[in-house]
Amino acid sequence: MLHLILFLFFGAICVAGAINLLVQSHPINSALSLIAVMASLAAEYLLLGAEFVAAVQVIVYAGAIMVLFVITIMLLNAGKEERSKGSRVAILLGVPGVLIGGVLVAWTLLYRSNLQAVIPIGALRGDPADIARLLFHNFLLPFEVTSVLILIAIMGAVVLASRPHAVARAARKDEG
Amino acid sequence: MVGLLLFGVAYSVWLERKVAAHIQNRWGPTRVGPFGLLQPIADGVKNIFKEDLTQPHVYKPLYIAAPIISLVFAITSISVIPFGNWVNVGPWGTFLQITDLNIGLLVVLGITSMGVYGIALAGWSSNNKYSLLGGLRASAQMVSYEVSLGLALVGVVIMSGSLSLRDIVDFQGGRFWGFIPRWNIFHGQTLGFFIYLISAYAETNRGPFDLPEAESELVAGYHTEYSSMKFAMFFMAEYANMLTVACLATIMFLGGWHGPIFGPAILQAVLPVFWFCLKAFFFMFLYVWVRWTLPRLRYDQLMAFGWKVLLPLAVANIVYTALVVAWRA
Repeated sequence: MLHLILFLFFGAICVAGAINLLVQSHPINSALSLIAVMASLAAEYLLLGAEFVAAVQVIVYAGAIMVLFVITIMLLNAGKEERSKGSRVAILLGVPGVLIGGVLVAWTLLYRSNLQAVIPIGALRGDPADIARLLFHNFLLPFEVTSVLILIAIMGAVVLASRPHAVARAARKDEG
Repeated sequence: MVGLLLFGVAYSVWLERKVAAHIQNRWGPTRVGPFGLLQPIADGVKNIFKEDLTQPHVYKPLYIAAPIISLVFAITSISVIPFGNWVNVGPWGTFLQITDLNIGLLVVLGITSMGVYGIALAGWSSNNKYSLLGGLRASAQMVSYEVSLGLALVGVVIMSGSLSLRDIVDFQGGRFWGFIPRWNIFHGQTLGFFIYLISAYAETNRGPFDLPEAESELVAGYHTEYSSMKFAMFFMAEYANMLTVACLATIMFLGGWHGPIFGPAILQAVLPVFWFCLKAFFFMFLYVWVRWTLPRLRYDQLMAFGWKVLLPLAVANIVYTALVVAWRA
């Protein structure tokens, strides 16, 4: 029972944070509500029994990636965003899209999910050893391919961040 | 437990002032109580009764939230630290630990990694260039050194095969050849220990890595605009973080509560806690000692050292440990 109450509580925080992220006009407030969303997601994982995933969620997303977001906002000293009326395309496509999505999710939950075989919260175990076995045995190839993908992204970032005149000088040297 | 931690925080401030004074051939606090032992209480009362200034140019919600964030995360991380073995008090028995999780180590790392927000937001919301520079320096430094801090601990995790802090301590029981304790520092993790130690100093913003509050350049860094109890909260958070790091070093490398156990039953129950506290106290003393011995680094030197020296060393330590463990298996 307590599990369910806590689960709903953190779920509510998660949704409220996500809405606040969109509503706030100052970027740092938006970033902070995103952190709240990440942290409450971690709490949800913890309640579901996935302790390792919860810890990784906090360390990687809330502790590392969002810190970089906050530093960037601080460095750029980004001001308040300007309010616009919103485009007509967004209203024409967005509102029906949200409605259709909501109906689809509700329909799936009500008619397609196997409600008889409900797994109680906290019944599944997510030990680090189990996750390691999945990652390094069953899903080894996707895991390694992802690491190559990240490497490519790093190389792209280095190229973009390197000074343009240095690149131009290197190109001239190649020609001459 | 939290009360115990805050007590520890108060007296580590006293310890710092006393040791710092003796290193500089002074006396330190002597007036309040014997050996100045009541000084922390006087400091606390003074901080609570001081005027709490809020500058008009600060961004108020975050300005108030920042010290709270710092202190809450600093105190929370102590909850999974085991500071003693099983004890029996009359008919009841308990482990001297609030809760044992099978990912205890990751919880400590996760919570301490959240602590950086307090400092970054304090620097930004103060709306002051010294504060902003201090906050930026602090967050960049903490993010950089967290990497080598975490990697230095991986060696220990590989050896003990568990992320639970209690299992890691249990793994370090016993002796080599009857007299050298089987602590991880004597068990192939000497390099890991020193990487951890250096990264921990940078992670807690202590000298010689106290650039975020370098008085000669930045006035007081991220807490320039803070006064009264809000300043004291940052101060307490710093010392609570130091205590957590010291406890973690004791658990991961110095065998936790393991030590010579002898005497009657009551002594046998108290001795493990005593050994744990003694080791943690040694780290706190080392903190102060290092601070008054080494000069402050330059910022680019700090970054270059973190990424170009400590990180490769930590990775080499992991590869070496993994190879040795795989060879023995």
